[in-house]
Amino acid sequence: MSNLAILPILLPLLTGIILVFLNKRLPLVRLITRIMVLVNLAVVSIIAFNVIQNGTIVLKAGDWTVPYGIVLVADPLAMLLVVTANIISVACAFYAFKSLDEQRERYYFYPLFQLLIAGVSGAFLTGDLFNLFVFFEVLLIASYGLIVLGGTKQQFRESFKYIIINLFSSMLFVTTISFLYAVVGTVNMAQLAERVGEVQQDGVLTTIAILLLIVFATKGALFPLYFWLPKSYTVPPTVISALFGALLTKVGVYSILRVFSLIFVYNLSVTHQVLLTMAGFTLEFGVIGALSTNNVQLIIAYNIIPAVGYMILGVGVFSATALAGTVYYLLHDMIIKAALFFLVGAMVAYAGTSDLRKMGGIIKNQPLLGWLFFIGALALAGLPPFSGFIGKLLILRGAFEEGHYVLGVIGLVTSLLILLSVIRIFINGFWGEPKSEYVQSGNSINGKILPAAFLLVFTVFLGLGAEFIYPTVQTIADQMIDPANYIDSVMKE
Amino acid sequence: MEIIMSVLAGILFTAGVYMILQKQILKIIIGTALLSHGAHLFIITMGKLNRGKPPILSEGVTSYADPLPQALILTSIVISFGVTSFLLVLAYRTYQTNGTDNMEKLRGNDHE
Repeated sequence: MSNLAILPILLPLLTGIILVFLNKRLPLVRLITRIMVLVNLAVVSIIAFNVIQNGTIVLKAGDWTVPYGIVLVADPLAMLLVVTANIISVACAFYAFKSLDEQRERYYFYPLFQLLIAGVSGAFLTGDLFNLFVFFEVLLIASYGLIVLGGTKQQFRESFKYIIINLFSSMLFVTTISFLYAVVGTVNMAQLAERVGEVQQDGVLTTIAILLLIVFATKGALFPLYFWLPKSYTVPPTVISALFGALLTKVGVYSILRVFSLIFVYNLSVTHQVLLTMAGFTLEFGVIGALSTNNVQLIIAYNIIPAVGYMILGVGVFSATALAGTVYYLLHDMIIKAALFFLVGAMVAYAGTSDLRKMGGIIKNQPLLGWLFFIGALALAGLPPFSGFIGKLLILRGAFEEGHYVLGVIGLVTSLLILLSVIRIFINGFWGEPKSEYVQSGNSINGKILPAAFLLVFTVFLGLGAEFIYPTVQTIADQMIDPANYIDSVMKE
Repeated sequence: MEIIMSVLAGILFTAGVYMILQKQILKIIIGTALLSHGAHLFIITMGKLNRGKPPILSEGVTSYADPLPQALILTSIVISFGVTSFLLVLAYRTYQTNGTDNMEKLRGNDHE
């Protein structure tokens, strides 16, 4: 029974390994990928349903008792995120068939993609801080491979910076873990939470908390550590940008959520104040970046940053309402970012340029693309009835309830500016007179629209069907407020 | 002993950060290697250096070496080894395609 917890990691890992050996036979690779992403989604959905019904599954690797061995903790939060990650993996797998050139497909796109999913699932599921580092490396190494795939000039130029910044933060992560080990003598998250609670969080532990925050903020693209993100996320092909935008930064956000709701919760006036300040600046600077450019892909990439700001704002406020908002927004943002990257990728493929000033009137020939983008834009900005609304509402209500009025207002204004930044794409790109040069490019984009539509269905479902998901999210948040729940579920035997 | 190791790790970090701030790609890679060495030394130091003791906790053994940092450091070394070799290949290909190994020249806004 408890072995189920490792399946979300094992399935993509094994698929990836098998695909490495089959890479010469492209049709077979495509078929296996298509089947395995669907199988994987089905499996994780069943596990998630099971976990939500019957409580957390804890897998002790090798049956070592808890503080000594490696544990995988499939709690409702982790499983919800794993399911969302797998929904995105299905969409990305089907988008890849239509959008990638054969050269890139042949050079190990699918194995790297599967390994990335394995790493992301592992990072969500692990109950051990050092293992979190290991899974970070698994997904980062896969992402290094993906970001240089194709080997164009821009890719090499930007990916080198991406790799160096990630390598630096990983080394900082290892150092911080060793600090933490020296102080409390464990790397198991449940035991860490217990021991940090026992000794109360003094100056040394708070310093370590801030160091960890710097590490996760670099991975999650928080102010002032987001500078590497926009360009490095726009140089690879669309499907890879979508994977990165939807999954990688969210793993950083998830780590902050986990660590600052479970372990370091005894000195809120320092750690969570820092979180709030960073969140405020992240919101503003991210959206200013999105307004500053005419490159449609850059606009969407910049929009990752304020979304991270909202989620961290929820963690910083640290009330049950705000945390529920953060979790809801996390689910929403993973889906909507992938969908928007897909739609913008289809736009660029159709128009043959990513410069907004050279576009116009696309909706005349591609009405479906236009309306899907419109839905995506509204969902991103958080207009009801789409999914962004509920998450944002909860986060901002939490902020106002706890008396963070300035941040609440910043959040509301940022929301409007996000709407402006994406509606600019809609107005300049879809309205107006069609530009004549489209006729020549005339690429078929139908296959690219379907995966985006698939994701947008989930956005609408998260918005309109909130009745089904919100109670679960609220329960998760109520449990997160009290670390004892997590500690008990891991340490019970 | 712990003090000496900590100072050594500190020196490695300093040198590593200095090298990362250089313009030449190869120097940056050496910097990352130094950084990871510093981090690894640090892990082993943080588990208390008990020389000549078994890494086992069993009946009658009161003095033992902590096995966990050794397990951690091994994992970490393997990872940084892999990443460093990847970086070297990447640096070579970057130099080949872009025709420069100077980070100052590896910037720009042109996409496509």
